Amino acid sequence: MPIDYIPILAFLIFALMFAVGTIAMSSIVGTKKTTPEKMMPYECGVDPIGSARRRFPVKFFIIAVLFIIFDIEAVFLYPWAVIFKDLKVFGFIEMGIFILILFVGLIYAWKKGALEWE
Amino acid sequence: MSELIIALSIIMVKVTVVFSVLMLMVAYVPLMERKVLGHMQVRHGPRRVGWHGLLQPIADGLKLFFKEEIIVDHANKGLYHLAPVLYMTCALALYAVIPFGNEINILGRVIPLHIADVNIGILYIFAISSLGIYGVVLAGWSSNNKYSLLGAIRASAQMISYELPLGLSIIGVVMLAGSLSMVEIVNAQENVWFILLQPFGFLLYLICAFAECSRTPFDLVECENELVAGYQTEYSSMKFALFYMAEYTHIIAVSAIAVTLFLGGWRDPLMSPVVWVLERIPVLGSLTIQLIGLVPPVVWFLMKVISFVFFFIWVRATFPRFRYDQLMGFGWKVLLPLTLVNIVITAFIMIIV
Amino acid sequence: MTAFFFFPIAIVVLISASLVIFFRNPVHSALSLLLTFFSLAGLYILLNAQFVAAIQVIVYAGAIMVLFLFVIMLLNLDKVKKERERHPLQKAFGILIASLLLVVLGSVIASGILYGTKGIYTVEKVAAIGNTKAIAGLLFTDWILPFEITSILLLAAIVGAIVLSKKEL
Repeated sequence: MPIDYIPILAFLIFALMFAVGTIAMSSIVGTKKTTPEKMMPYECGVDPIGSARRRFPVKFFIIAVLFIIFDIEAVFLYPWAVIFKDLKVFGFIEMGIFILILFVGLIYAWKKGALEWE
Repeated sequence: MSELIIALSIIMVKVTVVFSVLMLMVAYVPLMERKVLGHMQVRHGPRRVGWHGLLQPIADGLKLFFKEEIIVDHANKGLYHLAPVLYMTCALALYAVIPFGNEINILGRVIPLHIADVNIGILYIFAISSLGIYGVVLAGWSSNNKYSLLGAIRASAQMISYELPLGLSIIGVVMLAGSLSMVEIVNAQENVWFILLQPFGFLLYLICAFAECSRTPFDLVECENELVAGYQTEYSSMKFALFYMAEYTHIIAVSAIAVTLFLGGWRDPLMSPVVWVLERIPVLGSLTIQLIGLVPPVVWFLMKVISFVFFFIWVRATFPRFRYDQLMGFGWKVLLPLTLVNIVITAFIMIIV
Repeated sequence: MTAFFFFPIAIVVLISASLVIFFRNPVHSALSLLLTFFSLAGLYILLNAQFVAAIQVIVYAGAIMVLFLFVIMLLNLDKVKKERERHPLQKAFGILIASLLLVVLGSVIASGILYGTKGIYTVEKVAAIGNTKAIAGLLFTDWILPFEITSILLLAAIVGAIVLSKKEL
């Protein structure tokens, strides 16, 4: 029922207010003595060279795609787990096939080296 | 109308109490960590501020509160401020569905001790913890610092890689309880805690929980000899403190979730196998049962959570750090298949029994 | 009660969805889309579809938007925006498609059928068995074939993603 979520909403607003409040208060109270050196990005004392926002390896992209796919698998597993007691053997077989097919996908990614990091 | 006002004020009181207790714990867990780590390394830990350092959290908090707020050149200001707020809010929001005690009776009104009991409790936790990643990514990206960005990329890849086995390791619990509601999962553990029925699932949850909180041995996110301080390198003052607090909030949340799902939640340890053993011990057994019965559920819950947090600290003092390739390989090649195997085995045993 | 929560959430959804296209910085756009997804989940809860709300946040906000952010950072789109080339027909096509969408929306409103036919699963019935249980009971018995085909679809997605990025591996 939607009414059950009102306490969650209250808690979320409370948490948000706390986080924003502390930052705002401290930025009012805190000292402010800025120098150009202080405002420089910290890179172990060496002046930063070039832009910090660089491209990064395509590997992370593959990890994110694999994550989406197995996330969807997990999302299917939750409702299945809830009624597993009623489904019994039938449920075992149907989810067995589902898990097996996705496991083949994981093995494929593994064999193609998508999970290797140097 | 007055009924509505009473209901709303009960909600507000519960939210405020949970929040205050939580903040107290978040303040004192770092001190506990420093003391425990200290004694494990044969030193004392903080002991200057107050009796045995008991006022240290207040001193630290005040210091950070009055520190100068540094915003780096060319930082993306809006996102730079948003990141710690998002991270903290996500860590706190996890507590909204955790039951921390049985019902209590005040002035003839039955008040259940949880903020909300929704029938998608576990999915709510799964959803909120998957949002925490944005705080990290945005902090690293908006900071205009190479180390921050590297730390954020590492952290985000680590978090998504371990979130999967984390979510899958609790499927076994859902199968046994037949519900996604946290309250009903605690009720299902009346006779026996799920750690005894799902020992393998608990172990997998434990490993993934350490990785989700980026604690040793998985703390590559802030591995200081490679990345300075990871995604929080450019953060100072209260914004740094928020990241720091969110980290401990997350640790306590993960512990509370583990306690709820595997260790019987607020229930006392008088599950049927324990009672069976105790009944066979003359005099002492029945005395223990009576003594255990005296302790209120909330205290059991807090005791379990604190022992779990202690375990986190203990592990930090014991294990070295993983290498990044080992970490990613471990998540995808070992933990993910193992959680799937755990689900299949659980299903198989449930059909047979 | 529902209206009291519906309108604020609906306004947030509309504003954040418009901001997705109005922001110049792709990271800001991605974050507005995140807010859109999150508040959409709020609307699902108001509709008693709690399971769908959770899925909305887990899959869209928690997984797909992470991929979007990764891609934006992967390509460093922040820099690219200045030298972006415009296709000469871009605007014309945009207006054409937008007006077609407007015609579709207008025809639905003009037809006066704003509610679908009610099925056997009423709000009370779903609340009695539990939202997740109701979905699971249908998905894993009557709709088993689509469910199993989903796994093939996901397998194809894995293969596709790896083949596309194979040069880099």
